[in-house]
Amino acid sequence: MNPSKLSPTPNQVGISSRLGKFIDRTFQYWTVAPLVITLLLLVAYPSYQLFRMSVSEVDIVKGETVWEFVGLKHLETARQDPVVPTALKNTLVFVIAVVIIETVLALVISLLVSRSNHFVGLYRTVLLIPLLVPPIAIGTMWRLMYDYNYGFINQALAVFGIPGPTWTADPQLAMPSVILVDLWHWTSFMFLIILAGLESLPQEVNEAARVDGASESQILRYITLPLLRPTLLTAVMLRTIFAFKVFDEIFLLTGGGPGTATEVISLYIYDVFSGQFRLGYASFLALGLALIISIFVIFYRRVGQRAQA
Amino acid sequence: MKKFSIEPVFRHGFLMFVVVFTLVPIFFTLMTSLKLFRDIISGSLAFTPTLVNYERLFDPSQSNFLRLTFNSLVVAAGTMVIVLVIASLAAYSLSRFRWRPLWSGLLLGAILFIHMLPPVTFLGPFYLIARALNIYDTVLAVIMGHIVLNLPTATWILLDFFADVPKELEEAAMVDGANRFQSLTQVLLPMIQPGIAAAGALAFIFSWRDFLFSLSLTSTPRGMTIPVGISSFVQEYSIRYGEMAAGAFFAMIPALLMVAFAQRYIIKGLTLGALKG
Repeated sequence: MNPSKLSPTPNQVGISSRLGKFIDRTFQYWTVAPLVITLLLLVAYPSYQLFRMSVSEVDIVKGETVWEFVGLKHLETARQDPVVPTALKNTLVFVIAVVIIETVLALVISLLVSRSNHFVGLYRTVLLIPLLVPPIAIGTMWRLMYDYNYGFINQALAVFGIPGPTWTADPQLAMPSVILVDLWHWTSFMFLIILAGLESLPQEVNEAARVDGASESQILRYITLPLLRPTLLTAVMLRTIFAFKVFDEIFLLTGGGPGTATEVISLYIYDVFSGQFRLGYASFLALGLALIISIFVIFYRRVGQRAQA
Repeated sequence: MKKFSIEPVFRHGFLMFVVVFTLVPIFFTLMTSLKLFRDIISGSLAFTPTLVNYERLFDPSQSNFLRLTFNSLVVAAGTMVIVLVIASLAAYSLSRFRWRPLWSGLLLGAILFIHMLPPVTFLGPFYLIARALNIYDTVLAVIMGHIVLNLPTATWILLDFFADVPKELEEAAMVDGANRFQSLTQVLLPMIQPGIAAAGALAFIFSWRDFLFSLSLTSTPRGMTIPVGISSFVQEYSIRYGEMAAGAFFAMIPALLMVAFAQRYIIKGLTLGALKG
């Protein structure tokens, strides 16, 4: 042990306490610094790289990254790429379908749960499960469910003598099959938000309306739903933004097929990136996707601010 | 006297149907994982449960699942620790000090925006960074991706918890001669333990769940995590249902455990951006 540490000289006290005071005064900056540094290294720098890659051809030769500036060449490639419009269309169909169905389902479920006094804990707990389970496990489970010969669905249909279809391998059924899996996964998300919204509504208004002789359906139509509007808007916007992220389940269930029946934009970007190893073009498409999402996010913030006002 | 009404019967009937619909795939997967191949094919409900699928899955001579489980645990635990340190310090700073709205708004806005971007956006740059740092195909590369994935949720959860601790407590500690660091570590952090537990649990589970980063930043079992293992297993041997089901069910266990506790905070974290306060 160094004895001077145990009994510091007056001079050392001065330095360490001055240093201590300096740290105390600037503590708010020290504590936020790790976050700022992480964001700079893992978000700002990668964003810069993404821009750079989207106007370049990037290749890895013998472990070295080779860059070649190509300007807007990838824009031209994207224009002539027949998969891009298909992937965009599939993504839109998927997003619109899941957002609408999940909103309606979740609204019905949360209205019913909010009227219940029993089993509320059970409903909440069970509905939380799909949100925490790994999406790859969800894909695997539904592959087992959809299996043509031994899947639960076709075996259940067989009990009634109905021959089951091939679900994910059928070009007509692939997209609906994928959408059904998404309903299983994400309806809970909307349910949690809408239920929280319902629970925060003032109860006095309903009571007053009931005293005045309003029927339950009138209360729903003229009081509950209008009051719930901001919550619903937020939930729909947020779910729309998240629906664009869809990847894991489709990757496992159909891989975008059969043909391009379920090829969504994330899946296609991954394929260009990993399967075709066209890093520049994949980054260009990723940047395009990020821009689409940005528009939604800006819109979402506007809606959020109006809802708060 | 309350009138008897048929309405609750329909209401709970419908909700129970939703519960069953949610549980059937999980139950079917668990059943399949406990069946021999011949029982899977016969589809019968009467069968003798067997653990042979799990044994095969975790037998290092037959599959690399054990190695992937180890990787998944390292990645999830590493991500959790790093994210908790960064997020709790930042949440402390942003909630306990006066910041110009411009700066705090910029930071929180950036975090929210990252949360909303599809992870596929980061693939190209992260791939190049991992190559440049020579960490491609290691758990470090995956952890790097998962930090970005989990920082937003953790920071927002912890902001909520810090905001609930009265300012006077910290001031009292400072009057007693503690410096900022001591008051943070000895007074504030112990008070927000539930928040740290919730943020940590979510970071762990969202790292454990992730597929895309591990898929694109690794290529061999050296750095791969469980979801990538399951996916390649499913695609290579689409007929080995028992082991597929065992892998999927095993991957779900942390989620099932997590649902059992800390529910409220998990809900808060999952619905980030939608619920206020």
